[in-house]
Amino acid sequence: MNDATANISLEARGLQKSFGGLVATDNLSLEATRGEIHAVIGPNGAGKTTFVNLLSGILKPDGGAILFEGRDITRLSAPARVNQGLARSFQITSIFRDFTVLENVMLSVQAGQGHSFRFWKPVAKDESLRGPARELLEKVGLGDRTEVIAGNLAHGEQRQLEIAISLATNPTFLLLDEPMAGMGPEESQGMIDFLKALKGDYTMLLVEHDMDAVFALADRITVLVYGKAIATGAPDEIRNDPAVRAAYLGDDATDDANGESA
Amino acid sequence: MAELKNPASILTLIVIGLCAVVPFLAPALGEPFYVIVFARIMIWAIAAVSLNLIMGYGGMISFGHAVYLGIGGYTIGILAFHGITSAWIQWPVAIGACAFISLIFGAISLRTRGVYFIMITLALAQMIFFLSVSAERYGSDDGLNILTRSDFGLSFFDLNDKLTMYYTIFAVLLASVFISWKLIHSRFGVVMRAAKSNDTRVQAVGVSTYRYRLIAFVIAGVMCGIAGLLQANFERFVSPDMMNWPRSGELIFMVVLGGMSTIFGPVTGAFVFLMLSEILSTWTIHWHIIFGPFLVLVVLFARGGIHGLLTPRASRDE
Ligand SMILES: Nc1ncnc2c1ncn2[C@@H]1O[C@H](COP(=O)(O)OP(=O)(O)O)[C@@H](O)[C@H]1O
Ligand SMILES: [Mg+2]
Repeated sequence: MNDATANISLEARGLQKSFGGLVATDNLSLEATRGEIHAVIGPNGAGKTTFVNLLSGILKPDGGAILFEGRDITRLSAPARVNQGLARSFQITSIFRDFTVLENVMLSVQAGQGHSFRFWKPVAKDESLRGPARELLEKVGLGDRTEVIAGNLAHGEQRQLEIAISLATNPTFLLLDEPMAGMGPEESQGMIDFLKALKGDYTMLLVEHDMDAVFALADRITVLVYGKAIATGAPDEIRNDPAVRAAYLGDDATDDANGESA
Repeated sequence: MAELKNPASILTLIVIGLCAVVPFLAPALGEPFYVIVFARIMIWAIAAVSLNLIMGYGGMISFGHAVYLGIGGYTIGILAFHGITSAWIQWPVAIGACAFISLIFGAISLRTRGVYFIMITLALAQMIFFLSVSAERYGSDDGLNILTRSDFGLSFFDLNDKLTMYYTIFAVLLASVFISWKLIHSRFGVVMRAAKSNDTRVQAVGVSTYRYRLIAFVIAGVMCGIAGLLQANFERFVSPDMMNWPRSGELIFMVVLGGMSTIFGPVTGAFVFLMLSEILSTWTIHWHIIFGPFLVLVVLFARGGIHGLLTPRASRDE
């Protein structure tokens, strides 16, 4: 018990969130152990993105608590959480489309170096920003795309950049909201390999629709339906859980077909 | 700032060059009145440059920006009215007043977004406008004459000297353009521009954008206030009209016309806007009927304004 709690990186305790009459997060608890990939799956509208927004501080919960590395961060602002090492990526690609790929990542590096009340020195020549940004882009496989305007990247590359921006904040924990969203099978496989390579260096909460990806990557899976966690366990347990099959995996095939055509 | 192959840079140089030689060129051509016209336009250009800083680069569409012209101007007027004419007191007080008011107005209005931001900046500015209208002591509607210009106490720097006045305005204009250019390429400017395009994302990399937007708002307010104190000194007159809402609207048009989020666009915009309205108004009293649709067309079809049109896509660095 003590061992287990000491190893917990992020913990949600009885989180509650409603939009008007709609309960999007319903008494949701979850523990992510250090170093693991903890997947969160569930049908569209189950409240996965809302959960990520609560954990990252973009939304404030109506009730419950969030603990990160033993500290209560429930009241912390989104930027403050990032500065503690809790980074996120977005389901809907959220990059700076007019900036170059390098500039996108440089902003994160800059944010990690303290305040930006520096009004005079041009960033374009700032090696303390360019260097680390370039290094990270090499690592994520965008090393030869640094000077491209981000909006002109292919969709798959934009998804890679999305994650690179988050990685450049030097997090210990990554909240990934459907990193494979909108990707074809080949690109998805690339992303799976990429996340596998990151495994161990970061604790990850992986929200994903793509079941193949989830079963390929996750150490543990939490299933969300109508904002509630109906099951948590190892991939095999989840696969064979009757409640899960009934609620979710049963209509996996139709969901997948929708995903492909989108 | 960019290579000369770029037509927008050439236009920039032409405008700067013209401003530099007009005090000699205009009298030589028998049109000395143009010295005054240029000085007036340059003052507006400084205000437009300051607005572009928050509107073009920060996405903050302030519909009350002219209020800082008024605050800067009235500070000079009111201090002079009470016999305080030293520039060493007047100018810091004017700048401080603009910084203070823009800090408060920014702190309030930056809690909102979009149309609400536009409406709140307008409402706050109109408050000050009505305050000036109701200040009977300082001339109310009729405005306030300024008997003596800001006095630096220096024999070689006297704003009563026409050339000194003109080139002071010119220098402040160049400085405001240069400062904007430095700002937007600095770390501060990167945060500002990034927050314009995707505020949530900037927060998600660990930056509280509110503070940066607020400081940008204050910098723009102060820069516009300096335009106001120059205007007060140049015209030796201030009136509520200089900060009424149509002035704020005109500033927005100057920026859009010349090219939002281009460094020099607002200056060109101020020139084209004020020259056109000057020329059109001599043709017909119904000039607004021509000018209005013209501006609408520019907004619709030339999204980057004049400088946007003249800048090849590849070399847009801002
Ligand atoms: N900002 C919001 N305002 C109102 N309703 C919302 C908002 N965000 C999400 N919802 C609703 O909450 C439910 C959960 O949405 P979401 O978290 O996006 O689901 P998922 O990511 O699992 O598809 C949906 O019914 C959605 O319409
Ligand atoms: Mg979602």
